[in-house]
Amino acid sequence: MIQWTELIVFGALFLLVTVLGFVASRWQSSGAGLDHLDEWGLGGRKFGAWITWFLVGGDLYTAYTFVAVPALMFGAGALGFYALPYTVVLYPIVFLPVLRLWSVSRVHGYVTPADFVRGRYGSSLLAFIVAVTGIVATMPYIALQLVGLEAVLRTMGLNGTGIAGHLPLLVAFVILAVYTYQSGLRAPALIAFVKDILIYLVILVAVIYLPTKFGGWSAIFGAAEQKLAQPNPTTGNPQGSILLTGNNQLQYITLALGSALALFLYPHSLTGVLASRGRDVLKKNMVALPAYSLLLGLLALLGFVAIAAGSKPITNNATGRPDTNTIIPVLFDGQFSDWFAGVAYAAIGIGALVPAAIMSIAAANLWTRNIYKEYLHRSATPGQEARQAKLASLVVKFGAVAFVLFVDPQFSIDLQLIGGVIILQTLPAVAIALYTRWLHRWALVAGWVVGMGYGLYLLYLIPNPAAGKAHFGGSALTLDKLTVFGWHPFAGSTVQIYVGFVALVVNLVIAVLVSVALHAAKVAPGADATEGADYHADEDSDRLKPVADTPVH
Amino acid sequence: MADRSGFRWSPWNLLLLVPLLMLVTPWFNTKDPVLWGMPFFYWSQFLWVPVGVICVAVVYARTKDDGVPVPDADPDVDDLDEGARQRGSAQ
Repeated sequence: MIQWTELIVFGALFLLVTVLGFVASRWQSSGAGLDHLDEWGLGGRKFGAWITWFLVGGDLYTAYTFVAVPALMFGAGALGFYALPYTVVLYPIVFLPVLRLWSVSRVHGYVTPADFVRGRYGSSLLAFIVAVTGIVATMPYIALQLVGLEAVLRTMGLNGTGIAGHLPLLVAFVILAVYTYQSGLRAPALIAFVKDILIYLVILVAVIYLPTKFGGWSAIFGAAEQKLAQPNPTTGNPQGSILLTGNNQLQYITLALGSALALFLYPHSLTGVLASRGRDVLKKNMVALPAYSLLLGLLALLGFVAIAAGSKPITNNATGRPDTNTIIPVLFDGQFSDWFAGVAYAAIGIGALVPAAIMSIAAANLWTRNIYKEYLHRSATPGQEARQAKLASLVVKFGAVAFVLFVDPQFSIDLQLIGGVIILQTLPAVAIALYTRWLHRWALVAGWVVGMGYGLYLLYLIPNPAAGKAHFGGSALTLDKLTVFGWHPFAGSTVQIYVGFVALVVNLVIAVLVSVALHAAKVAPGADATEGADYHADEDSDRLKPVADTPVH
Repeated sequence: MADRSGFRWSPWNLLLLVPLLMLVTPWFNTKDPVLWGMPFFYWSQFLWVPVGVICVAVVYARTKDDGVPVPDADPDVDDLDEGARQRGSAQ
């Protein structure tokens, strides 16, 4: 059954952002055109505090987050609430390093984190590793935005089978691809205003209206407690609980901390940062962005509201399995009037477009700057770079669509989980390098190789009996399984920990040990193109490279 | 080395560590006291949001004097240019 009222409201709002997407190419334009990565890929590097707030907020808090976090609460209980501590500890942690990265990038005209690594260590190999890691971690993230968008489309009744069932998604994405191609980062920046306003509206209405409808929070938590205590049909254990257990406390802590450390290593987060005008803009944003955290925490609780409402996830006709990611759309469908449900779906749907656009731009920037320019066409002019990035953004988007069309969505979800683990492996080369060059460039390569290999191996070891999977069943590693060359230091323990955190620790230990050895052996550390004052230069400094200038190398 | 990496320190930066205390889950992993029907585990974590905001805001306000802040409207105030100051003092 197609829900016409919802579909019409959704369609009207979608049309609005499409128009904005095309108009954006002329918004805030300096008249120089978009033939430079500073313009196409970073919106002219001049976004002020408000635009940055909407852009970065629209970028970090994705549709998938809005759909998946409540779904995790719905399925597992308290563990899903990690999203709140994650986004609270995030800003204090990144406050200082992000400012340093902005300054040094602005002085040297860096467009990507890998550009910085190349300048800092004089190593194109290390930059290549960081760039590839970024692209690989971003791709499934884009695919997940599509999963979020499709969950909404299917709830509205566009739930066809086979390839035809994906057609609405394909149409939406072609439109997105075309206006991102034309307008670059300005498109998502302008659309983010609509997205964030809609999201705020919907969530505030939902968290005020829905609890009263189900007898208040105590009834909702009561229903959640009862449902989560029921045994899982496959494993016989309780499905979850409304408090943390002895086994998942460490997982909660390390997942929140690991996710916070990882978020600003993702290329799309840094794209939003580098597009801002100055340090003061970023500082203000680090104070104001937690407004979204509050929203995310409230939204997470809607997972319990869905339990109280007796919502049942929709079976995805393309895969034939119930998709818990539809739980929030289903809740809205059942509890809101049709037109407001349409608004809510538009909020989630447009919420998918903004990050998908920024992620594809970020991946395209990495490709262009650190692979195309470095290895394929060293003498590329800024105009050629911009053209290459535009084309790459199309390839990236259609790659993500192909993912959703031909691969089980569950695979994207698993990959995104892996994405968090692998992007964390760039922390020593990107974040620590902002403060010190003591870690040797070859030690960073060694740490990355070992951390990555070990992290993937641990992920391989994790089963998910409830989903009937023997491997890659999640990111919660039981300490019992932790192995160092066959030695199990925590044998018998049922306590769980986030794999990304373990892999990062291993990476750091290797990087330190190898650095000690290489410094002792006096292996050449490579040239550093940056100097101390670069890390503090602000928007009015004469150190800054002019925007849209001839790029470095 | 320290000069080369351009490291600057203010004791106010230590405030940025305070929100990390939120990661000590045993402190709040209980149901009681319940507030508006919400277990302590949930409502107490919401309280950490303003704590985080205040810590970052104080660091922002107290470290301004070290250099920067360019008023939004007028980006031409050379005296406040942190980069220029740094060069002046470092070389």
